Amino acid sequence: MADIVIDRVVKEFGSFRALQEVSLTVRDGEFVALLGPSGCGKTTLLRIIAGLEKQNAGRVVIGGRDVSDLAPRRRGLAMVFQNYAVFPHMTVFENVAFGLRMQKAPQAEVKRKVERAASLLHIDSYLDRYPAKLSGGQRQRVAVARALAVEPAVLLMDEPLSNLDALLRLEMRTELKAVLREAGTTTIYVTHDQTEAMGLADRIAVMYGGKIDQIGTPLEVYATPATRFVGGFLGSPPMNFIKVRCAQGMARIGEAAVPCPPADGELELGLRGEDASLDPGGSGIPFDVRVVEPMGSHLLLTGSIDGQLARIVAPPTAHVTAGERVALTVDPSRLTWIDGATGRALARA
Amino acid sequence: MTATTSELRQPASARGATLPSARRLLLWTGMAVLLAWVLVPIYFVALGAFGGRLGVFRWPKTIFPADFSVASMMQFLAIEGVLNALINSLIAAGLTVLFSVLLGAPAGYALARYSFRGQNAYRLLVLLTRAFPLAILALPLTVSFIRLGLYDTPFGVSLIHTVLALPFAALVTQSLFMGIPREYEEAAWVFGCTRFQAFLKVVLPLALPGLAATAIFAFVISWNEVFAASILTVRERTLTAYLLRILAESPLHYRFAGGFILIIPSVLFIFAVRKYLFAVWGIASK
Repeated sequence: MADIVIDRVVKEFGSFRALQEVSLTVRDGEFVALLGPSGCGKTTLLRIIAGLEKQNAGRVVIGGRDVSDLAPRRRGLAMVFQNYAVFPHMTVFENVAFGLRMQKAPQAEVKRKVERAASLLHIDSYLDRYPAKLSGGQRQRVAVARALAVEPAVLLMDEPLSNLDALLRLEMRTELKAVLREAGTTTIYVTHDQTEAMGLADRIAVMYGGKIDQIGTPLEVYATPATRFVGGFLGSPPMNFIKVRCAQGMARIGEAAVPCPPADGELELGLRGEDASLDPGGSGIPFDVRVVEPMGSHLLLTGSIDGQLARIVAPPTAHVTAGERVALTVDPSRLTWIDGATGRALARA
Repeated sequence: MTATTSELRQPASARGATLPSARRLLLWTGMAVLLAWVLVPIYFVALGAFGGRLGVFRWPKTIFPADFSVASMMQFLAIEGVLNALINSLIAAGLTVLFSVLLGAPAGYALARYSFRGQNAYRLLVLLTRAFPLAILALPLTVSFIRLGLYDTPFGVSLIHTVLALPFAALVTQSLFMGIPREYEEAAWVFGCTRFQAFLKVVLPLALPGLAATAIFAFVISWNEVFAASILTVRERTLTAYLLRILAESPLHYRFAGGFILIIPSVLFIFAVRKYLFAVWGIASK
């Protein structure tokens, strides 16, 4: 078991700065997801931790040991690759045993650990098959079993579920969480899928443009985004941002007024679609409904607030028709205020 | 409505039944033609080689040799120098295979895995060595080979044959290594391999079929090459070079025997490495 400290790591590809002084601390046994759109540097960061890529500056410390200049095999970690990288010329057993064989573990121990990892991931019945005979989901399990068999101090996963179909992904996600909880391994998990990150991780580090915009528990990151990007990237529908003018601690939206933090100039009001409730006949924020989409569990309303696009989630039983103007009430404590110039959230009162 | 659908369905199912058999017929015909293309000439050569002096001139040809004998074959092998030339050819071809795989595969690996300055120029240069006509190089080569003590040795011949085979070895192995996902190697590194161990344990087994093809190619290039072999040797000729000299003044059935002996090693070699030519496991990453 080990903690991971990433200390001001910089990575440049030619003139392109892929990572700009990224720092991150992962506690022993913690599951941290690196979440972000493609090209944000999350995979690069993971590969630097693994030693597959060399940082231009900064340090990586695993379990108190500076591994910045060590080869991957000396870092005491295991990795699951996006396309699994299960060796096609070896049986499932030999694949899972690969790391143990490289450690020159005695035959009995190899057998015991391989069987344990295999039963954990339900692949015991195909141990003597070749990967070509397995489905994508099964290969994925082999890749995870191979990583767990060496009982690594640190487990790195690079979008391990992105090649699976939706149903299988959901199933594997649940299973992965249970298996990793049991193993108690420190895990860093790269994904661009917010539901995966929310569901699996103890903490989420949201990356954008080679920086970590915010790090926190899934609920923190969701409810109190630190930047406009984080609010817009997490959640479905994404957070609504409405430009307002603030004066004397009140922001006016149409006829309604909402208390806002003291600030000058332009602010943006960040509003989660489900944090607004319909207030029939009330005098809340006016919302012009343009499209109503019944999603089963809820109604997705698309329209405009003060001429700006917004999506609101309403209970499935609500009576709303397109073209209608409805009033919304909001809980001021659940609103996010963003500085229009910097894109960063203002400190909460 | 039902009548039309059943009517429509019937020809469809009939076609469905005949299509595979038609395709199978096509497949077998194609295979037969290909086999004949290769085997019939070899068979006629064998017929000439084993049919004796008269068999060569008999017309029409019989399917089986009327008076099968290995006499002319034995006589041919007994000609002074043939056996020695055969051994020289095997040494030269063997060394060519060894050198072109040992030098070509690392070059191909470097081209496939690393990006370095002048990579494209290097790739082009590798091919350009083939644009140099050997005839121009013949005299200077002979002189320097005599100086170096390489003249009239199979080793010297194999060096020139390696030069001929190397561009292909480098380029074929390059595409071979490109086809093996880098993640396999990275996974091996993470799970405890050095770069070299990862190559041995993961890349090499996956590359074997392609390396076998490269080896066959080098072998055939060396085995068939006459020009350089004739110029660079006097007594220690390779078989092709030796036959070129003696066959002009030999009787026809000796020529057939010589031709047959030229064919056999290539066939045997390909037969020996054939299982690596078919990928035993698919290199699939998804």
